[in-house]
Amino acid sequence: MTRKPILLAATGAVIVAALIVAVWLMWQPAIAPVSPPPASSFDSQTKLAGARVVALGDCTVCHTAKGGKPFAGGLPLATPFGTIYATNITPDVQTGIGNWSLEAFTRAVRYGVARDGHLLYPAFPYIHFTRMSDRDISAAYAYLMTREPVSASAPANGLIFPLNFRPVLAFWNVLFLHPGERAADTSKDAEWNRGKLLVDGLGHCASCHSPLNLIGGEKSGHAFDGGIVDGWEAPALNALGAAPKPWTREQLVAYLRSGRASEHGAAAGPMLPVTRDLATVPEEDVQAIATYILSIQKPQPAIANASAAAVNQGETSAAAQRGAILFSASCAQCHGPASPMQTIGERPTLAFSTAVNATTPRNAIQMMLGGIGWHGEDTMNYMPAFSEIYSDQQIADLASYIRAAYSQRGPWSDVEATVAKVRKENNAR
Amino acid sequence: MITLTVNGVRHALDIDPSTPLLYALRNDLQLHGAKFGCGLGQCGACTVIVGGEAVFSCLVPVSSIGARAVRTVESLGTAEHPGPLQKSFIEHQAAQCGYCIAGMIMRAQALLDRNPHPTESELREHMEPNLCRCGTHMRILAAIREVAHLPAGNGASATTQQRAASNGGTQ
Repeated sequence: MTRKPILLAATGAVIVAALIVAVWLMWQPAIAPVSPPPASSFDSQTKLAGARVVALGDCTVCHTAKGGKPFAGGLPLATPFGTIYATNITPDVQTGIGNWSLEAFTRAVRYGVARDGHLLYPAFPYIHFTRMSDRDISAAYAYLMTREPVSASAPANGLIFPLNFRPVLAFWNVLFLHPGERAADTSKDAEWNRGKLLVDGLGHCASCHSPLNLIGGEKSGHAFDGGIVDGWEAPALNALGAAPKPWTREQLVAYLRSGRASEHGAAAGPMLPVTRDLATVPEEDVQAIATYILSIQKPQPAIANASAAAVNQGETSAAAQRGAILFSASCAQCHGPASPMQTIGERPTLAFSTAVNATTPRNAIQMMLGGIGWHGEDTMNYMPAFSEIYSDQQIADLASYIRAAYSQRGPWSDVEATVAKVRKENNAR
Repeated sequence: MITLTVNGVRHALDIDPSTPLLYALRNDLQLHGAKFGCGLGQCGACTVIVGGEAVFSCLVPVSSIGARAVRTVESLGTAEHPGPLQKSFIEHQAAQCGYCIAGMIMRAQALLDRNPHPTESELREHMEPNLCRCGTHMRILAAIREVAHLPAGNGASATTQQRAASNGGTQ
């Protein structure tokens, strides 16, 4: 009868050990606050380099609320686990990162830990930023610490249990955070390596362009297979040959830098602000990104074009007739064959459009519902929104008509239900 | 036959279902307030209210309106008895050439119908789609502000006023 106490003791020891490991993982020390470093402590070259790093990292895209001050946070990000609000990364002491030392900033970027030791949610892409060089991190720090301090506290996150308890993120990090820089691949040239660093690290492209697993991590083995963000499809980046006109390096560079590709369409949704950021960085950075992206293409199965029967059926149905009428009044002025927009400024026909040729109607629906708004003097493309004018059925009729009229691929299914779903998601955001 | 309810009156029109609402209003119903500007939904000169929403009437086919009520600037008042917004636009001399004004008024009316006391930022965001090539936006906003009981100011919200003050008050 001596075995039972031994077993109990052993079990107890394992539990205690597990608890110690768990606490060790979850507990991160605070890094002492500093007084905000004066602007004069950063030289202008470093700040300039930091502006490039911050643009390549798209920091402002998430850390600026609609109509808010740059980097002051407050933008809601809807996740399957609830809504999370971007934080204030201006150098305000009370509500921003004003009292963060470079050490604290570096730890946040590399390990997802805030200055006071609490774990940051992986909506902040530290699993990618961790690849950044120390030099880039300190340049970003110099740039951000010399922005205008804004006093603004982000609203409280609305996350479900147990994710509202930050220490559990420590276990997520064990699975998904592989910290530190990676050695360059010496079998590839410098541009490719630069591109990989920008895409996998700073640019964190996979954050949106990859499917997520049940616990919000990027699905292993499916990087760049495409994902969904903010209600928009982020298309696969490894199937660029499947477009009606396969993507070329020139098209990719033009798209990323200007928000428009003459053979694919205009950037919209969450990608539009990314292109505005990339418009500000040296072209060589974007060329490196394009080079790397084009090197990760996967062989794609041939996409079956619509059968003649399916197309004909689409053309004769009542829905298609309604769609044709809506198109002629609402769309043809710009997207019709002889319209001025089709003959100037290298704007592509809908036949080339990524959204029109996509597997699902989601992005085409988002375009029609929300359009592309004005954005001051750097507005590259504009499209009016139709969400307040048209019902779900009318948007669906239009989408189905455009698909049949402009794409060689088969009709979409459940279009009206998708419109209702997308609209509901948009309203909840 | 296309049935349209415009300014409270039902009309049955024998016109092509793809006719833009603007053409029906102007050519068939002789309501010439709404103007043809760009025909692309970029300027707002054609703005009317459909089912409570400000809509570019050049971009919607008559067949898509259904039972929704259409309101044009003619419903707000007459030259002798202008409505509150019209009166305020006149008092603030918001029109220069006047081409955009019917659209401006109808877009503003749609906002005030839904929200009689918008904030400055709500007002500006709402009015953004409509363009005045003469550049009288500041007078247009001042006219709407008066009807919306918003502080007049120099065309600035509280925060931009602060910024303007720190820049020496110039706009």
